[in-house]
Amino acid sequence: MTHDVEPARVVLDSDDISRALTRLAHEVIERTHGADNLTIMGIPTRGASLAVRLADKIAAIQGSPVPCGALDVTMYRDDLRMRPARALLPTTIPPEGIEGRLVVLVDDVLFSGRTIRAALDALSEHGRPQAVQLAVLVDRGHRELPIRADYVGKNLPTSNLEIVQVRLREHDGVDEVSIERAV
Amino acid sequence: MTTYVIKDVAILGGAESDIKIADGVIAAIGSGLTGDVVVNGKGCVALPGLVDLHTHLREPGREDAETVLSGSQAAAMGGFTSVHAMANTNPVADTAGVVEQVWRLGQQVNLVDVRPVGAVTVGLEGTALAELGAMAESAAAVRVFSDDGKCVHDSVMMRRALEYVKAFDGVVAQHAQEPRLTEGAQMNEGVISGKLGLTGWPAVAEEAIIARDVLLAEHVGSRLHVCHLSTAGSVDIIRWAKARGINVTAEVTPHHLYFTDDVVETYNPVFKVNPPLRTRADVEAVRAGLADGTIDIVATDHAPHPAEDKDCEWAAAAFGMTGLESALAIVNDTMVKPGLLTWAQVADRMSIAPAHIGRVLDQGQPLEVGSPAHIVVFNPNIDIEVDPTRTVSASRNTPYAGYVLPGKVVATFYRGRPTVLDGALA
Amino acid sequence: MKHLLSASDLSRDDAVLVLDTAKQLAAATAQGVGKLPPLRGRTVVNLFYEDSTRTRISFEAAAKRLSADVINFSAKGSSVSKGESLKDTALTLEAMGADAVVIRHPSSGAPHRLATAGWISGGVVNAGDGTHEHPTQALLDAYTLRAHLRNGEGDLQGAKVAIVGDVLHSRVARSNAQLLQTLGASVRLVAPPTLMPFGVDTWGCEVSYDLDDSLNDVDAVMMLRVQRERMNAAYFPTAHEYSSRYGLNATRMNKMPSHAIVMHPGPMNRGMEISADVADSSRSVIVEQVANGVSVRMAVLYLILGGTEMS
Ligand SMILES: [Zn+2]
Repeated sequence: MTHDVEPARVVLDSDDISRALTRLAHEVIERTHGADNLTIMGIPTRGASLAVRLADKIAAIQGSPVPCGALDVTMYRDDLRMRPARALLPTTIPPEGIEGRLVVLVDDVLFSGRTIRAALDALSEHGRPQAVQLAVLVDRGHRELPIRADYVGKNLPTSNLEIVQVRLREHDGVDEVSIERAV
Repeated sequence: MTTYVIKDVAILGGAESDIKIADGVIAAIGSGLTGDVVVNGKGCVALPGLVDLHTHLREPGREDAETVLSGSQAAAMGGFTSVHAMANTNPVADTAGVVEQVWRLGQQVNLVDVRPVGAVTVGLEGTALAELGAMAESAAAVRVFSDDGKCVHDSVMMRRALEYVKAFDGVVAQHAQEPRLTEGAQMNEGVISGKLGLTGWPAVAEEAIIARDVLLAEHVGSRLHVCHLSTAGSVDIIRWAKARGINVTAEVTPHHLYFTDDVVETYNPVFKVNPPLRTRADVEAVRAGLADGTIDIVATDHAPHPAEDKDCEWAAAAFGMTGLESALAIVNDTMVKPGLLTWAQVADRMSIAPAHIGRVLDQGQPLEVGSPAHIVVFNPNIDIEVDPTRTVSASRNTPYAGYVLPGKVVATFYRGRPTVLDGALA
Repeated sequence: MKHLLSASDLSRDDAVLVLDTAKQLAAATAQGVGKLPPLRGRTVVNLFYEDSTRTRISFEAAAKRLSADVINFSAKGSSVSKGESLKDTALTLEAMGADAVVIRHPSSGAPHRLATAGWISGGVVNAGDGTHEHPTQALLDAYTLRAHLRNGEGDLQGAKVAIVGDVLHSRVARSNAQLLQTLGASVRLVAPPTLMPFGVDTWGCEVSYDLDDSLNDVDAVMMLRVQRERMNAAYFPTAHEYSSRYGLNATRMNKMPSHAIVMHPGPMNRGMEISADVADSSRSVIVEQVANGVSVRMAVLYLILGGTEMS
């Protein structure tokens, strides 16, 4: 796919992202009453990195480690047949497992909601959590399924023509969120 | 009787002239000739009607693949005025009765001279000589004997056959294939067979038989013909034998002039043929051999097969490919265009020499006044994409499907009568 | 990927993608996920013209674990044994809506023909054809090698593998010789000259007739099965002589570097190409190869059928 794009407009820089994650960490602790039954599961690739960062922040605040894993949803996607077969990404389940845990799913951008639906299916293969919540760095709207995030780093109203790019140190060498417009 | 004039045709590729045909013979050659029917020969060459020493007409027994009628039509479309019908029919043409049956069918169809080839051994089994003399004396007047499809591999049997046919000026046409070295063979043994995991048919299996046979022919003072020679080594052996004065002739097929074994990488059984398609070096050698006269003739080994025998996996497929309708275009492409043969030499390799080897009287005659009017008019300058559904043969197993070949037979005259006119059966 | 007919269909990146995919699928199995959903609604036909229960079961397990519907179509007791042509069988499978056909056939090139003759529209996976290729075996061997030699990551750059035995008739050898080199390994073929294919010098492999000289620098030795019927065809004088010159026994295994592993595609002729103590030793990864076979075949089926048909 090729798009002619305008210069990207940066909407979150490195400090913004860090602050947003710190705020999310506090919200998670508050709403899970101390996070003692908490397991963080990130959706690869960038959601998994954000999950690690979020877990680290929560651990730092609480003074005890938080189980954190990654959950690949590729094989559970409802648009699997619409593109060539996609490479699978790692799924790692923390030793505590997810049975009976309060799982917070983490992704970078919440858009149609289809990835999260797939994640709920994928998660159910590994056990029955006590509850599942959702944390995202950016919610850009345009939901196609009845899914909402419990924790949102930044609400970012966008047009369907715009592309939200999340770049993270672990993958892209830089932390920033930008909006590009396909013309 | 209708008279015909071929206008402005290059006789043997030489100067343009008119050819007038009347009463079955060439009546006049010159300019400004007139006749009842005019064939525009502008841009075309005229050659004596082609003689194929190696044709599988499949009748009797496999009329689903070809009949004497459909095969004669395909031959005419290719510019042939005589074909030699190979003996591996069902029943095998190993008696006077069978060869006369085929000969009579040819007479009835009356599009080409159908010259039956007699089997060397009973049932092609290689164990007992067939009644060669009876076939020679029959109405079919057989002069070429072959177990083609199988090799007369027993040395004593081959020696006896070579000796025996001397009594009636016959010739043994050998399908040179050492059987033990080619058990289960599927394609040329080489780099490609090793890669494709197909059992190899080594060049030595052909060359060893040819070497033995030329020495046998020398020893007993007989005439030997080598069918569908396919390897560089075979060319060397024939060259050596001829230099020694051994009475041997050899043929090459159009497909061995054209294809190399890498086409087998498609696993498309249309390329499965016996002997197999060989390497680039072999193709270069047989072209050179045909050019310098080491190889005497081009023969088609036209081998029609019904669709189900080719529309399958490689190992299950039959050996053989059709070739009558494309032969002249292939020779144009591989020999004339690269400058290896002149048209006069093509006339020799495809008409005069095969008629002589087969002792076909009144074919392969020079294009001059008084000669029987066996003539092919060929336009070498039209590129035609081969469409197997449009071939005249009853079978569709042409290996050239989708290939663009240079040249088209515009007209064929057989005994002064057109069998093909305007590129279609007359 | 539309078909997998030959190891030569795979570029280095394709091959690594298959191995990486297999690794993720193996991990899902290890995590206790029973069935994965990506081939739900897809039909995979196992079309086996040769008895090979182990390969068929491996493909069947792979397809079922990805939620495909599986139809087993074996030559025995079916219309195939009554002389039905490959084409007619293929047309039947097409009418049944096969999305992919896994074919094992005694004739080299049959999968290629099935994929290209226009009889069917689905994908074709070569599960072993004649003496041609067996690409999923090579992939599972590469997977096993990568797990042991490269910690399950990347390719096999710099690895050295000896393939020993009946190279001439071995589809496993043909596929491995190509795939291992595609992945950056160097391959040494070891066999008596009678069992080397014509043109083997063009394969890019080192060729040796001496097993004893071929062991001290390798990372793995892959032993090939010697078919009993070769013994009567003068490829070698006796089974005893073959075994003493080209069989892997404990004495020879001890010439291998300590990290090097022993592989065999199975089924083994114990006492012929491999001695029992070697087959059962700690350096033998033969059982592991079988287990890896399911993951690798899952990966191949997923990559062929898990996306759009056009790729
Ligand atoms: Zn022949």
